[in-house]
Amino acid sequence: MVKCFVTRRFLASGRDDEIMHIPDGYLSPSTCATLYLFAASGWYAALNRIKQLLATRAIPLISVFAAFSFVVMMFNVPLPGGTTGHALGVGVAAIVLGPWGSILAISIALAIQALFFGDGGITTLGANCFNMAMVGSFTAYGVYRMIAANSELNSRRRVVAAAVAGYVSINAAALVTALEFGIQPMLFHDASGMPLYAPYPLHVAIPAMMIGHLTLAGVTEAAISVGMVSYLQRADVGLLRGISSWAQTPGSNLAAGCPERSPARLWWAVALLMLCTPLGVLATGTAWGEWSAADLANPHKEEQIGAASGNHAPPSSVPAGIQRLSTLWTAPFPGYAPRFIKRPIVGYLLSSMFGVGFLVLASLLAQGVARKWLGRTLQS
Amino acid sequence: MAREDPAIVSRHSFLESTLQGFTRALSKALQSEHAASQPGLLQQLDPRVRVIGILALVISVILCRRLEAIAALLAVAIALAIASRVSLASLAKRVWLVILGFSGLIALPALFLTPGEPLFTAPALHLSLSVQGLRTAVLLVLRVETAATLTTVLVLSTAWTHILKALRSLHLPAEVITMLAMTHRYVFLLIETANQMFESRQSRTVGILSASEQRRMTARTAGVLLSKSIELSHDVYLAMLSRGFRGEVRLLTDFRLQPRDYVGLSAFIFTSCLAVWIGR
Repeated sequence: MVKCFVTRRFLASGRDDEIMHIPDGYLSPSTCATLYLFAASGWYAALNRIKQLLATRAIPLISVFAAFSFVVMMFNVPLPGGTTGHALGVGVAAIVLGPWGSILAISIALAIQALFFGDGGITTLGANCFNMAMVGSFTAYGVYRMIAANSELNSRRRVVAAAVAGYVSINAAALVTALEFGIQPMLFHDASGMPLYAPYPLHVAIPAMMIGHLTLAGVTEAAISVGMVSYLQRADVGLLRGISSWAQTPGSNLAAGCPERSPARLWWAVALLMLCTPLGVLATGTAWGEWSAADLANPHKEEQIGAASGNHAPPSSVPAGIQRLSTLWTAPFPGYAPRFIKRPIVGYLLSSMFGVGFLVLASLLAQGVARKWLGRTLQS
Repeated sequence: MAREDPAIVSRHSFLESTLQGFTRALSKALQSEHAASQPGLLQQLDPRVRVIGILALVISVILCRRLEAIAALLAVAIALAIASRVSLASLAKRVWLVILGFSGLIALPALFLTPGEPLFTAPALHLSLSVQGLRTAVLLVLRVETAATLTTVLVLSTAWTHILKALRSLHLPAEVITMLAMTHRYVFLLIETANQMFESRQSRTVGILSASEQRRMTARTAGVLLSKSIELSHDVYLAMLSRGFRGEVRLLTDFRLQPRDYVGLSAFIFTSCLAVWIGR
């Protein structure tokens, strides 16, 4: 009954997104500090990515988009059943700006709400940005890209993708918020067990948050995403091409802004890792859980396995399943050493070279196939 | 409001509530500007001292574990509001009642959910209100009220440009400060634009719209606003370029600390530390 009461509070609220703006006092100082750290890492990465992509255009674009996000959060969206809700707009922001731009725009809108209008806490600003701007943006972008794939910009599939992206992103953000609320009474209580911050454990916080978001807030977000993407398909389809296509607009000195990264450093790192592979020779015994049928049949190895497993003796005979499956596939380089190689170090080096070479060939092949397919799709 | 038929909502119910939301935001901004220009205690301190001091007090509210210490900090917040000529009526309307309704309702089930010594039992409902539950609920509401009061007193006593400059002195990147400043500026322009769009739509709407039509209308308005915003960002960018913007951001900080600022900062830090020590 009490759970229902809490959930009804969220359902009955005109501003169902408001609970996601965590005020000061609901989260402990250490939770706030940790989430500020996560948020700061996201902001740093996002700022660098956007500056690389848009160079000097980043500041006005993100600022005006943040202002737009702020205003859209104030729109009353009519919903089926006669009620209204407020959208966060994270779905549309991620579709138009990409995840990094969306992180910055939504974070700045949230910061203005907290610092200028007093909506949402100051100590919880990191948590709010992490939940709504970061989790929301990445989820929305990932879902949208996955469903939209390479479909036409004005296809119906993009509208469906936007709806699902909006719905899933707001619920992902709500779930993370509920988890943050739910861990408070477990971690932060006084000597008598009295909760010091948000008082409800996970089994109350999660349903209480999710019922409101799976219904009202999720539908609101989906509705605004669908409506806006449908509108943009008809009126301004260019905005659905993504932020990188805007680099071509006049006035932007972007050519210098996005230099191609040389892969030389990556190749050096791969070479170094390959040279380090013989370190495996130094390891003694058998890796836990990677026992072969021969290991389990060897009494000396059996002793080692028992000692490594907290003195639990392995089965006296090789289990029938392992025995049967062990003959299914014979590796060309068993134990990282082809049979003709006598020195294990050389075997490790050869295995690593073979493995890396195989992966490079496979990725080149996949790239070629993808290019061919994409070219055919664009032509059609 | 035509709530009788759930499929059809009066146009006033959503258009007017959206317009009211815009008006509320604008009036809040005007209220802040008016309060910030008053000759009060906080207004006489350097904005950096105000921001750091209030931040220290908010952190101490979060760190305190005892009701008495948090109640004392609420008293400090109210005293600061009075001394800074921030209207208690507007604080009550903007903060206390809103939080009491919101956090109070959220905290209410904790009265019965938190196990502990029973204070009151309603046998018919099989509900028992515990002492620990009461303390948990009061602690949550009081903490949220105190932190929000302090934040609102800061917002109402400090001009937005001063808050930004104070944040710059806390070594926030200049790009972030510029984005916050520009966003703040264009929020009002876009609110005005959206307001005009909704008003013109309202004046052209006759009869009752179905909920789906209203939804489409809202989404279309948001779409138009998005296109206008992107156009605006292009124009702003070109205007910045024409004024010599090359990607480097420089901010002027012309604040100088006076002896009273050092006294104020010491008082803030001392109060915060004392509260944390008492409330540990």
